[in-house]
Amino acid sequence: MKIIISGGMLANPAGEKRGRQDLLIEDGVIKAIGQNLGDADKVIDAAGKTVFPGFIDLHCHLREPGQEHKEDIASGTRAAAKGGFTAVCCMPNTTPPVDNAAVCALVLEKARRASVKVYPVGAATRGLEGRELTEMGELAEMGCVAFSDDGKPIADGGMMRAAMWYAATFGRFIMAHEEDTSISGSGVMNEGYHSTVLGLPGISRVAEEAMIARDLLLAEAENLHVHIQHVSTAGGVRMIRDAKARGVKVTCETAPHYFSLDDSACI
Amino acid sequence: MKLRSKDLLGLYDTTAEEIKLILDSASTMKQLLAQNAKKMPHLQGKSIVALFYEDSTRTRLSFELAAKFLGATFSNLGVSSSSVKKGETLLDTGKTIAAMETDVIIIRHPLGGAPKFLADNFPGSVINAGDGMHEHPTQALLDMFTMRERFGRLEDLKVSIIGDIYHSRVARSNVWGLTKMGAHVTLCGPQTLMPAAIEQMGVNVTCNLEHALRDADVVMGLRIQREMLQGVFLSTLREYHRYFGIHEDSIRLCKKDVLIMHPGPVNRGVELSSAVVDADNSVINEQVTNGVAVRMALLYLLTRKDDKR
Repeated sequence: MKIIISGGMLANPAGEKRGRQDLLIEDGVIKAIGQNLGDADKVIDAAGKTVFPGFIDLHCHLREPGQEHKEDIASGTRAAAKGGFTAVCCMPNTTPPVDNAAVCALVLEKARRASVKVYPVGAATRGLEGRELTEMGELAEMGCVAFSDDGKPIADGGMMRAAMWYAATFGRFIMAHEEDTSISGSGVMNEGYHSTVLGLPGISRVAEEAMIARDLLLAEAENLHVHIQHVSTAGGVRMIRDAKARGVKVTCETAPHYFSLDDSACI
Repeated sequence: MKLRSKDLLGLYDTTAEEIKLILDSASTMKQLLAQNAKKMPHLQGKSIVALFYEDSTRTRLSFELAAKFLGATFSNLGVSSSSVKKGETLLDTGKTIAAMETDVIIIRHPLGGAPKFLADNFPGSVINAGDGMHEHPTQALLDMFTMRERFGRLEDLKVSIIGDIYHSRVARSNVWGLTKMGAHVTLCGPQTLMPAAIEQMGVNVTCNLEHALRDADVVMGLRIQREMLQGVFLSTLREYHRYFGIHEDSIRLCKKDVLIMHPGPVNRGVELSSAVVDADNSVINEQVTNGVAVRMALLYLLTRKDDKR
């Protein structure tokens, strides 16, 4: 099966434009880039459009098993495909969580029929409770690409340090949900004028920033990779930038609403 | 003139003209009440339902009396004995009440924004009788009514609100209403009970009770919820009373004809000393009377047909 995507502006994975060229795909593999690539079974006209490589979502929730009323692997991966994503990393805070081989096997089994490639992220601690490490070796062998207690922080600094070292043992790293819940409490939005007007409990940016600071210090001191999840504060970005400049092994991600809206959108 | 909205959700989105209309109309209602003819036909044929997800004595009772004095059919939906206990959502409860040809729902809810959600999904009028830490507009209206009745105006009054501002929907509604009507509002309490950026609402903020009381025309104490605050937001109640409690001596800093107010229920000896609660210039009970008049006015204004001209 030959497919040609014709006339589009090609962009490489870094988003750099590479000019208006045709793309020949043969049996799912890119075979040629250029002009006049010959005949094809199917030609997709991309004139006036930009052609990107498939996106990879580093942080999604497929909610299966246990929370299928919100999402399941079939529906979540269909949405991913529709949005231009060809692979997703799914978080382990399912019911039960992906903290052992059996649950991981179930996710992988369902993922075989999914619309895009699924890379599970395993739980860092049993039951996401922040007390005992999971069997990261076995989970990594099965296909877990990283470990996280996403949805919850690893509150205990000693446990976070141990999780980072243990993950590194198997060539993996920790993805960290950064929130000091003793500061965020029952908060539901950014703390400030708008939370006061709405009478909704606010969350101080310090709830996120204090935990980011701790984990950057750990990554630096131990020379280990840490990935900071869904960064929502300017202070967090600043600290991560500074750490990167010092050579700390840190990566991060954010979500569209954190850079396109502010808390005035709640009113 | 009419109210612009079918609902009263808060004073944040109520204009000064609308507030004046409600207060003027409440004056008429109060006169009618004073004539001891407590049955009027203004709301005849209207059906009003109270949907209270939190406990209430005075607010619910005064809405009920207001509705009944004006001839409406009034029903209390006891949340603890209804389908809400079986997990029915607010949306479905609202649709059920709407299906029974209800004209007005009066709602109190522990979550800020619940009345707005209901109003967006209910064709009749929704009155917010207190939602979380957001607003309690009818309390602020009756407070303003009480002040205006005593002073003949709201403009340039110095109103000091003292206590737990953070958790207080009464404070928020009063701030919006009073500032729109030209009063000067000072908020006073420990910093732990002062919400973020509150000064941007156009008020003075102080932790010094003397500053708040000096030359005040009105002093309003807010309820301290002992169980919730002690040890976390406050140290001891003893210390709270020492620095923020209002007593006979501190009242002398205020103007001579100062009004002492409190939305109730009062913790005697915490927010206000017993002597202050019972003092001549305390209008805590008058606030309750005025609450009925204000709620009569509001129910009337929200349900009356367009003026025929």
